[in-house]
Amino acid sequence: MAQSSQAAGGTMSIPALLLRNASEFGDKPAYREKQFGIWQSWSWKQTEAEVRNLALGLINMGVNEGDFIAIIGNNRPQLYWSMVAAQSVGAIPVPLYQDAAAEEMAYVLDHCGARYVIAEDQEQVDKVLEVQDRLHQFEHMIYLDPRGMRKYDHTRLHDYAHVQEQGHAARDELTPELQARRAKLNYETVCVMLYTSGTTGKPKGVVLSNRNIIETAKSSAEFDNLGPGEEVLAYLPMAWVGDFIFSLGQAYWTGFCVNCPESPETTPSDLREIGPTYYFAPPRVFETQLTNVMIRMEDAGKLKKWLFDTFMAQAKRVGPDILDGKPVGLLDRLKYKLGDIFIYGPLKNTLGMSNVRVGYTAGEAIGPEIFQFYRSIGINLKQLYGQTEASVFITVQPDGEVRADTVGVPAPGVELKISDTGEVYYRSPGVFEYYYKNAESTADTKDAEGWVATGDAGFIEPDTGHLRIIDRAKDVGKMADGSLFAPKYVENKLKFFPNILEAVVFGNGRDKCMAFINIDMSAVGNWAERNNIAYSSYQELAGHTKVYAAIQAHVEEVNRSIAEDEMLSGCQVHRFLILHKELDADDGEMTRTRKVRRRIIEEKFADLIEALYAGKTEQYTETEVTYEDGRKGKISATLEIRDAAIAPIRTQKVAAE
Amino acid sequence: MTQTMQDEGYVTADGRKIGGVMMEMKNITLRFGGVKAITDISFDIRQGEIRAIIGPNGAGKSSMLNVISGFYVPQEGEVFFHGKKRPPMKPFEVARQGIARTFQNIALFEGMTVLDNVMTGRLNYMHTNILQQAIWRGKAEQEENENREAVEKIIDFLEIQSIRKTPVARLPYGLKKRVELARALAAEPKLLLLDEPMAGMNVEEKEDMSRFILDVNDEFGTTIALIEHDMGVVMDLSDRVVVMDYGKKIGDGTPDEVRNNQAVIDAYLGVSHD
Repeated sequence: MAQSSQAAGGTMSIPALLLRNASEFGDKPAYREKQFGIWQSWSWKQTEAEVRNLALGLINMGVNEGDFIAIIGNNRPQLYWSMVAAQSVGAIPVPLYQDAAAEEMAYVLDHCGARYVIAEDQEQVDKVLEVQDRLHQFEHMIYLDPRGMRKYDHTRLHDYAHVQEQGHAARDELTPELQARRAKLNYETVCVMLYTSGTTGKPKGVVLSNRNIIETAKSSAEFDNLGPGEEVLAYLPMAWVGDFIFSLGQAYWTGFCVNCPESPETTPSDLREIGPTYYFAPPRVFETQLTNVMIRMEDAGKLKKWLFDTFMAQAKRVGPDILDGKPVGLLDRLKYKLGDIFIYGPLKNTLGMSNVRVGYTAGEAIGPEIFQFYRSIGINLKQLYGQTEASVFITVQPDGEVRADTVGVPAPGVELKISDTGEVYYRSPGVFEYYYKNAESTADTKDAEGWVATGDAGFIEPDTGHLRIIDRAKDVGKMADGSLFAPKYVENKLKFFPNILEAVVFGNGRDKCMAFINIDMSAVGNWAERNNIAYSSYQELAGHTKVYAAIQAHVEEVNRSIAEDEMLSGCQVHRFLILHKELDADDGEMTRTRKVRRRIIEEKFADLIEALYAGKTEQYTETEVTYEDGRKGKISATLEIRDAAIAPIRTQKVAAE
Repeated sequence: MTQTMQDEGYVTADGRKIGGVMMEMKNITLRFGGVKAITDISFDIRQGEIRAIIGPNGAGKSSMLNVISGFYVPQEGEVFFHGKKRPPMKPFEVARQGIARTFQNIALFEGMTVLDNVMTGRLNYMHTNILQQAIWRGKAEQEENENREAVEKIIDFLEIQSIRKTPVARLPYGLKKRVELARALAAEPKLLLLDEPMAGMNVEEKEDMSRFILDVNDEFGTTIALIEHDMGVVMDLSDRVVVMDYGKKIGDGTPDEVRNNQAVIDAYLGVSHD
């Protein structure tokens, strides 16, 4: 792509990149979407026309430069075009989480003062209409799918296709205006505003410029040799910075094809059909996939199970080394080859990962066992560490230097430093401009020299230069006896068990660690079915004695494994309980990106934590829950509390310290 | 609900225009041997409306639906369809008239995939013979493509893309009901008969099904006649309700009228809801 970056001005904004791609790649597919069971594709040329018509339509509707346009929906080509069309007319796209409740949307829509909203379907339109009285700046809404809205009042509602038609009809008058607006775009122009999921407090609007996005896309694409031939599947929330960088930034920079699934439920089969070459997913997706594989293998016949176990053991032993190009004996290679024919190949195909050349997991720490599983069957899964404020990339793992316990070396153009308190700081071309309407937070996070605090505690390994993240800086604490308390470390170990969906560990400033466990309904439900255990609800299954016994075994195994790590051996879980409800973003217990909100859980379940520490064997509790439609209800339960055996700490302390 | 009941139809409270009479039942009496299942019932179904038939167990609702669908031929009374008196008919002839139905006890081909099941609903739109289809050239291929397209639109409409290739036997009950609706819709009916579409469903499934029924009516303009036990659902969904008890009609009107009808309250509702 070296020659194209010389064309000054031609690559300084996303709309400019679109024009470049339309002339350079022309008929090569830019987008695909499965509709009515068939993959439809749009070339770069067609994409340019679609975006142009929509941009003209937006001008026609009165969109001004600097307006905010909220975009809500699942990954659809039209919504990606909406973002680029918004940029083309000098407006700022603000993608929102499509599964957010109306209340949450109200905050964000009001905070950015969006005059326009582009929504996917009736569901999203309804949510915005529900809160529109509180949105003083909201004027018009455009929807993609007209279904069910025929009877709606259309004074403020507009059909997407109609907006495009009107724009196209008025092209003679409006094209000069569009060109003038597009010509003003440069590296300094705001490219997008993304709201952080907000592990603490209200979401913050992170403003990213064209420089941030394009420079990051450029260097990260070079790092992994991404070219126009890549195929990606866009299935992660459009409001997530990762999706913006991968499906928009890198796609427009390199000209690769973005595929959109038919519906969220069909994603696994769409993944199989597309066979992406470049793939990204948060650890949760890999966990779920692995859980599904394990469940299905439990149900498989004896021979298949034996084959699977034998070859997976072989893969675990030599797979990662083969992937890293390290020397492996001939016999082992032969066995691995055989395993590839019988197990790994078909398995990769089922997972839709046969063609994956580069795979990334990001967003949260991934359990080492899960990570190694994928690498062992020959999928080049790597970790990257990043955040919205950095336009994703802070550190990445280069090929051949992939390890489960580090997050890699600084990405190209990124400088790292560790503060005295152990917090990780970085500086890069991708560093965000500012938080919208929040100068105070901006000043707190980014200093005058451009160093940004990540909020994570970590250290750089002296001999390899890799960064290791211990935990959120705020969460890392000390136990009563002064030893290190890193809850995430323990939780990740627990979550590796397919039966455990989520775990929350407490113990900061206390003498012992305690844990809340969430069972994984699909894994435990399947196990219950096979063992003829009857249950009528999640709550009943979660409270079942046999489930408790299984979870207790898992907790004790984790304790044994923690005992081996001298630094963290104080974090063993002494007592635990299984929660009667799944932790849910709708109840504020997790973020939309499914990160646990520790403070809120501590407050909400204070009675349970108290019971854990008081040594009770059971505790009655009442919890407020929010249904998907926003209604609230209460569930109550008496939860059992169990003790877990503590493993003896291996004392190999060296005297000198 | 304000309405002006004229021959050319009426307008519902939410602004939908209901057309003229599509089907009219006149003094229907149906007997099985000595048992009178239906006694002298008359009512009409209008173009574009959602018409419910309710009543306690054994009231004769399903028999009534079977009379509408032409499966039972009443001993007395007449059925008018589009103003013409309907002679006794075979089920396939009824289907050709544009009437499709779903069943109380799901009647799908369990071993076939969802897609194939829904395709069977297109039978009336397939004109090539078995030989042409075996060779699958030209017309047969084109025909299948057209039908598949129609089916895919329904699959999209009912949001069952993810189970397109799943054998029906593996599906949970609520989804099977949805597949049945899909198959009925594949016939592009003018009149859709639903026999207890919500029976045995949980709240969420009921909500989904209600939304689909309303959407079908709204999007395709399909006239819908349904039997349902769930009072809440009936009152929310339907434009007009016929109430039956022991084979007799004891009430007919808008949900509000029916709710306040003393005979209906006594026979069925017990107490007035809200």
